[in-house]
Amino acid sequence: MTIFEAVHQHAPMLTVLVPMLSAPIIMLFGNRQAAFAIALTASTTSFLLSLQMLLLVAQGGVISYHIGGWAPPLGIEYRIDAANAFVLIIVSSISTVVLPYARRSIADEVAARHHTLFYACYMLCFTGLLGVTATGDAFNVFVFLEISSLSTYVLVALGAKQDRRALSAAYDYLILGTIGATFFVIGLGMLYMATGSLNMVHIAQVLAEGESNRTVRSAFTFIVVGMALKFAMYPLHRWLPGAYTYAPSAVSAFLAATATKVAIYVVLRFIFSVFGIAEEFERNTVQYIMMPLAVVAMFAGSLMATFSLNAKTLLAYSSISQIGYMLLGITLLNSTGLTAGMVHLFNHALTKGALFLAVGAIIYRTGSALVPHMAGLGRQMPWTSASIVIGGLSLIGAPATAGFVSKWVLMQAAFEAGMWPIAVFVVLSSVIAVVYVWRLVEVLYLQPAPEGRSVSEVPMTMLVPIWALALASIWFGIDADFTVQASRTAAEALLAGGFGGEDATIMGTRGRP
Amino acid sequence: MEGGFETGFLLGHMNYWLFVILMMTGFYIVVARGNLLKKIVGLNIFQAAVFMLYISVGKISGATAPIITGNPDEVYSNPLPHVLILTAIVVGIATTALGLALIVRINESYGTIEEDEIQQHDLEQYDKDCARAEEAR
Repeated sequence: MTIFEAVHQHAPMLTVLVPMLSAPIIMLFGNRQAAFAIALTASTTSFLLSLQMLLLVAQGGVISYHIGGWAPPLGIEYRIDAANAFVLIIVSSISTVVLPYARRSIADEVAARHHTLFYACYMLCFTGLLGVTATGDAFNVFVFLEISSLSTYVLVALGAKQDRRALSAAYDYLILGTIGATFFVIGLGMLYMATGSLNMVHIAQVLAEGESNRTVRSAFTFIVVGMALKFAMYPLHRWLPGAYTYAPSAVSAFLAATATKVAIYVVLRFIFSVFGIAEEFERNTVQYIMMPLAVVAMFAGSLMATFSLNAKTLLAYSSISQIGYMLLGITLLNSTGLTAGMVHLFNHALTKGALFLAVGAIIYRTGSALVPHMAGLGRQMPWTSASIVIGGLSLIGAPATAGFVSKWVLMQAAFEAGMWPIAVFVVLSSVIAVVYVWRLVEVLYLQPAPEGRSVSEVPMTMLVPIWALALASIWFGIDADFTVQASRTAAEALLAGGFGGEDATIMGTRGRP
Repeated sequence: MEGGFETGFLLGHMNYWLFVILMMTGFYIVVARGNLLKKIVGLNIFQAAVFMLYISVGKISGATAPIITGNPDEVYSNPLPHVLILTAIVVGIATTALGLALIVRINESYGTIEEDEIQQHDLEQYDKDCARAEEAR
């Protein structure tokens, strides 16, 4: 077997393993430059591997990787279909784009002795997010979730050099995140009691054969509530604004673009692939509890963003409202709605990533994230300001931006489900988005720069990542074929019970007795 | 079991009742206490409750430890939930350690570990931000 064949065979495992091993290697080297090089190499490798897997499953196939050659349901399985290959691409591409930016931004915002530690934690967080997405084993989800969460708390706390509020924000996040994860693991325990299995495909089979009972229903509730805490569903969002505001800018961008998306993916996977939406209880929970909360999130998040003083808080609240759009698409429970949710997962990752990076660039130059301090930057930092305008337009959902595609598909889904008021809500909340985006644009372009402040544009290593994401959010607004098609395949895979059943391509070593 | 509770049901599920009580106690401490250290203790009790749930799931009455003795009639407990919870215990320890480290750092920079006092400091900081923003205007 040549090395290429071996890499191809073990791609699902290597995607997660390479970043995981890179973390201890970074600590062993203990050198800042080496740490950056190793992290970037590992992240790029993961990106290429997940790209290759997406191409394999884009037409609706499934990859099943048996770890150590032990066959599921007893062995641990990594199972890749269109849905999680798509999420893997989001996570690994954002990480690869953010890392070059992080190098300068972190040098400015984090104490020098913590730089190597930063890269190690970043890679662990990245590992956790990839692992949650790739695995087909329910308990593995919990373990990887905690790997990513624990390193996230550290990453957020690293913002303490800039503002001590990063510490209390990290602590709040730790408490709420742990409660969420513990709820999730209680749910898994009940699921194990009811089915005797931890393999997601096997659990789904057992549940489909047997009758639903209270244990299964409480398992569903615990899992959904636990993950809702992790992705900041509206009333459970308290940790998010603090964590995103006081974390170092590169971390905010990475988390806003990936962490919540992965948690939403887990909920999707459990609702559609594991529990299935055939049961009355599951359908009602999703439609009568989660859908109204999604609508409230759209308005409440946008309103809070309108009154935020700090630009990063503004973007954080805007994230809460955008999570509402994703959730709304999912709770419509039809194929178009699910497509809208998946498309928005991708588009919002690009948009919010670009915006957080751009605000981070402003902090790099002016040292302040407060909106009034950005007066007149439109002329002093033209490229960064222009990217904020593009990102803002995409948040609103202006035509020819990625946000427009998401909202278009979401409206289609609402009409398809016969719920036209939902479409009205989407439009109304977009109007509030116009207000908070206009606040930024007005300060940047229409107000004069204060006397005596002369700042210049940020260096290329920061500008290129910002513009890569900003241009991508225009590109995917004009040419939406790839995203919509990939999301549709993913949505159909999820609705069909997901994971594709018997005819999976088996990869890795086989036939251990 | 859908129709009312009987003594057998109550006593037979003793572990699960204790799990519920322990879990709610821990959860209550996390929510109600203002001291950051006490919150971590509450979180630990909350997690310990879950460990108990998992261990109870694996127990089979009259069974021994899962060790191969060569006797085919041997009844042994299900080791899988126990192994799972070992992992969860490790995660719990990591969380506690990280939480305590954060508390040390918070104490160093705020000089307190009471939640309301920290909030007070943060609010003062926010007022300062507002004043700075006002100057810029």
